[in-house]
Amino acid sequence: MTLLDALLRCVAVLAVFLVFPLVIGQTEHKVMAHMQGRLGPMYAGGFHGWAQLVADGVKFAQKEDVVPAEADRRVFQLAPAVALLPYLVVLIAIPVGPHGLVGQAVDAGLFFVLAVMGVGVLGSLMAGWASANKFSLLGGIRTAAQLMSYELPMLLAAASVAMAAGTLSLSGIVDAFHWWWVPWQVVGGFVFFTAGLAELQRPPFDMPVADSEIIFGAYTEYTGLRFALFLLSEYAGILVLCALTTVLFLGGWHGPFSDGLGWLWTLLKTFALAFVVIWLRVTYPRLREDQLMRFAWTVLIPLSLAQLALTGVVKVVIS
Amino acid sequence: MEATQAPRTVGRLAQWAAASADGPARDGGYFDAYAAVGLLAVVGVLFVTVAFTANRLMRPVVPTPEKLLAYECGVDPVGEGWAQTHIRYYVYAFLYVIFAVDAIYLFPWATVFAAPGYGAGTLVEMFVFIGFLAVGLLYAWKKGVLAWT
Repeated sequence: MTLLDALLRCVAVLAVFLVFPLVIGQTEHKVMAHMQGRLGPMYAGGFHGWAQLVADGVKFAQKEDVVPAEADRRVFQLAPAVALLPYLVVLIAIPVGPHGLVGQAVDAGLFFVLAVMGVGVLGSLMAGWASANKFSLLGGIRTAAQLMSYELPMLLAAASVAMAAGTLSLSGIVDAFHWWWVPWQVVGGFVFFTAGLAELQRPPFDMPVADSEIIFGAYTEYTGLRFALFLLSEYAGILVLCALTTVLFLGGWHGPFSDGLGWLWTLLKTFALAFVVIWLRVTYPRLREDQLMRFAWTVLIPLSLAQLALTGVVKVVIS
Repeated sequence: MEATQAPRTVGRLAQWAAASADGPARDGGYFDAYAAVGLLAVVGVLFVTVAFTANRLMRPVVPTPEKLLAYECGVDPVGEGWAQTHIRYYVYAFLYVIFAVDAIYLFPWATVFAAPGYGAGTLVEMFVFIGFLAVGLLYAWKKGVLAWT
């Protein structure tokens, strides 16, 4: 029975993993379109093109899968899976509601989540290297550089929350949350969210896939289902980042009527953040590579160190 | 061999599941929570395998030499794909390794520093530690490592 329970949880996580990124993707289509004064997809499915991404999926599944003759075949074919699966595994540890509404509570959840998320970048690196394409290689290296620069502020901002809560368990962190954490941790939240955007290579940090210079970076040579999996991993990444920011900095399930409707608060906050991610894409131009690096090392890291100091002092004073 | 091992694995999984029936992370052993994570990883690998297999059955396979040429920027590629590039930001990699390993130490410390018996002294120790990090960063900055070369 309990093995069945565990399997059910896994299947539920998989379902969330396959549906929510599509919702975010469709929202992106529509929100971007309306921000740019156009309609976006209107045909597929009838009502405002709601089935556009389903149609895309059907198309991708039937497209020929081309592996360039020069490419490192095995690595090239495995890369999308390596990019995608870490986000699936992370999802199981993110608490949605109170009273154990979580795929699987992991004691060192915060640490586990950050560690596993870092693996996804390997997929981009593998793709960039295995494509035997100069631009893909450049894109892969840019991805790696970006991860190295932005992982650190992300870690430090997350450590600040762990200090505030005195635990690494994600559920424990939300349990310990009070409303005044929001102003207290606001700098950390900004750093965490920004660094997360950069790790996902979302605009304005999309130098690794800058189409005007390096075509589509590490994913240039991909077609069909493998390309679709890379896209899916990007949107799953948005979901994971927004859910994590919600849990760590915005109080997760806390809100009015949160005893019965806690999960609803988590979802609302997550999707509001996903909207911000889309909004930023429409609003800001792409940062140049050197600006990207400078922003991480000279703005985000000092900010996160300052946040650590503030968290430590306040915590010792009040305890 | 495999036939005898499979039931044993299932049995062990069932054992773990029984042990983690109530409070997965608390009542069972510390690593029991990771069994579910492992199970999810297996489910994920299965998903990808099934997707790739289904894809293989549904897609056409009509390779031609032109199609198998690297796409690059749409023009026929010139020279080797693994071209030599000057990786300008390799110094960041050194910086990252140093800082990230240090940052890991923050996590165990973060869970106890405000507990009774620690307090201000522990905080000051960590400030000294973070101070070292900051000085290292300042040094790298001053040396021009963070500027584009």
